[in-house]
Amino acid sequence: MSLLEVNDLAVHFGGVKAVDGVSFSVERGEVFAIIGPNGAGKSTIFNLISRIYQPTRGTIRFDGQDITGLKAHDIAKLGIARTFQNIELFDHSTVLDNLLMGRHTHRASSFVEDILFLPKVRREERDHRRHVEQVIEFLELESYRNKMIEGLPYGVRKVVEIGRALAIGPKLILLDEPASGLSVEETRDVAFWIEDMRRDMGLTVLMVEHDMSLVNQVSDRVMAVANGQPLALGSPEMVQAHPDVKAAYLGTEAA
Amino acid sequence: MRVVFKTSYDNDIDLHEHGYERARTVVLLVVMVLLPFVVGDYYLAEATNTLIWALAGMGLMIAVGHTGQVSLGHAAFLAIGAYTDAALMAAGLPFVVAFPLAGLAAGLFGALIAIPAVRMSGIYLAIATLAVFVIVEELVILLEPITGGVGGIMAPSISIFGLSFDRYAALPNFYWLVLGIVALVTWGYANLMRSPTGRSFLAVRDSEVSARALGINVTRTRALAFGLSSGVTGLAGALMGHYIGFFNYELFSVIISINLLLVVTIGGLGSIQGAFLGAILITGMPQLIAILRDGVNANFGFDLGGIPGLDTMVFSMILIGFIIFEPAGLYGRWRKVRAWIEVFPLARRDMFRRHKTYLKTERMK
Repeated sequence: MSLLEVNDLAVHFGGVKAVDGVSFSVERGEVFAIIGPNGAGKSTIFNLISRIYQPTRGTIRFDGQDITGLKAHDIAKLGIARTFQNIELFDHSTVLDNLLMGRHTHRASSFVEDILFLPKVRREERDHRRHVEQVIEFLELESYRNKMIEGLPYGVRKVVEIGRALAIGPKLILLDEPASGLSVEETRDVAFWIEDMRRDMGLTVLMVEHDMSLVNQVSDRVMAVANGQPLALGSPEMVQAHPDVKAAYLGTEAA
Repeated sequence: MRVVFKTSYDNDIDLHEHGYERARTVVLLVVMVLLPFVVGDYYLAEATNTLIWALAGMGLMIAVGHTGQVSLGHAAFLAIGAYTDAALMAAGLPFVVAFPLAGLAAGLFGALIAIPAVRMSGIYLAIATLAVFVIVEELVILLEPITGGVGGIMAPSISIFGLSFDRYAALPNFYWLVLGIVALVTWGYANLMRSPTGRSFLAVRDSEVSARALGINVTRTRALAFGLSSGVTGLAGALMGHYIGFFNYELFSVIISINLLLVVTIGGLGSIQGAFLGAILITGMPQLIAILRDGVNANFGFDLGGIPGLDTMVFSMILIGFIIFEPAGLYGRWRKVRAWIEVFPLARRDMFRRHKTYLKTERMK
């Protein structure tokens, strides 16, 4: 059984068919990339999976469970983490606090216990911190631990956002353009991290990306979409050679 | 600059980063406890008033500073706290029971109105809370058997285990009572902010969409924050009632709401210390202006008291000055001064360039 199954997914905003009849499934341990020109509906698919948008029709199943009716804040608990195309960090907190916020689904204390700061809360805090430190070590964020987000370079923020998603301890991670705005070196780091997430952490990665070198390097399968509709699905080389994909990016040759 | 050598995660979890900070808090507490032996009744009463305002300010800080919910109706929660406490004590309950119940009543009412109201943000939420304030004000007038209507009521005298805490007959005792309550709430507030609940408040303030993606129930978090906020403000209201002694609905006017908003804004949004600094400024400034005016009158023979509205005008101009020149508030200014001293002489002009305020609530859903 696939980890994520998307079946005939569609969302219409009035007359705009942002996503129209998209079906795909992501296997466990796979790196699956969605590509397509701007406005193709890639991020909309992400927003549908993370339940920010309500689909007009179609179903999303995760780990065998239908998540189409769930609320956005129920998704993380199931093990789906995501990053955002335009970084959505908590700007007035430190890197450490941002990562700790990623541990929200693992909290067991009530707000009354928090106010009294019972020994149990301290034990949990230590536990959260241990997990977060693993993420910090993995992404080499040690030197930024106590820095405020506002004031950090763009590339670092991008990494912190990946870290926050990893702090959830997910099964599936959705990366929305992880390499956009990054330098060549930083993009290479991202590629290595994605490899490590899959190999060492056993994560399944679903990403939207424009940088074809990154897509070719890390992804097992690629789906191309345009105008909310799927064009091709298969290995990176196959999808890029597909005539419909070429037409969507470059336009068709005059007859 | 002090560099702390951290050897365990507990260094970051503890309330104070190092022994020096802990000692500073202890010294401050000791000075506050000894205050009745040092100053006279007038200043002690002023100090009590400031503490009560700081308590109310902390209440509003939870909503405005830490969760990004602007409220123009917090005087309503002061009123609910004051009237609930007075009514329960008039019914024969002791202060130790009536006081927490007053906070609970204000908190529950706050959480209840928050459930529909939290869907709004920014200026719309401010207008909604203002509307709630108007409703509560009318209710106070209508519920005459409990609230004394327009005439007002007398706050009963406090006595705990036979010991009098009356505001006039035993002012030092009343001061210590208020100090104890404020210290306790401050401790709880500081605990909240280092725990998952406090972090979820900040998350909701800074980015709702990613708070949701992290599994934070935004509606429930905002309702909880607003409930805690109004509960603490309700406690302050109960104390305010006892402090004033005899009060009616006019004590809790919309001006009080605005003053409270000034306390948190000028104090420094998003910091507990800011609530205290703001309260000191808002309660102390009118007194200071009055004292200076009388000094000018006595020494130079100008009768400035004869000019109507001069005090208010000077007060307002100082407040406007603060908002223009130090949007990060008194606490923000203090942090800059401290950083400047700590790194002396290496401070640079644009070290704090990126500093922004927290009164940012209009975000996409």
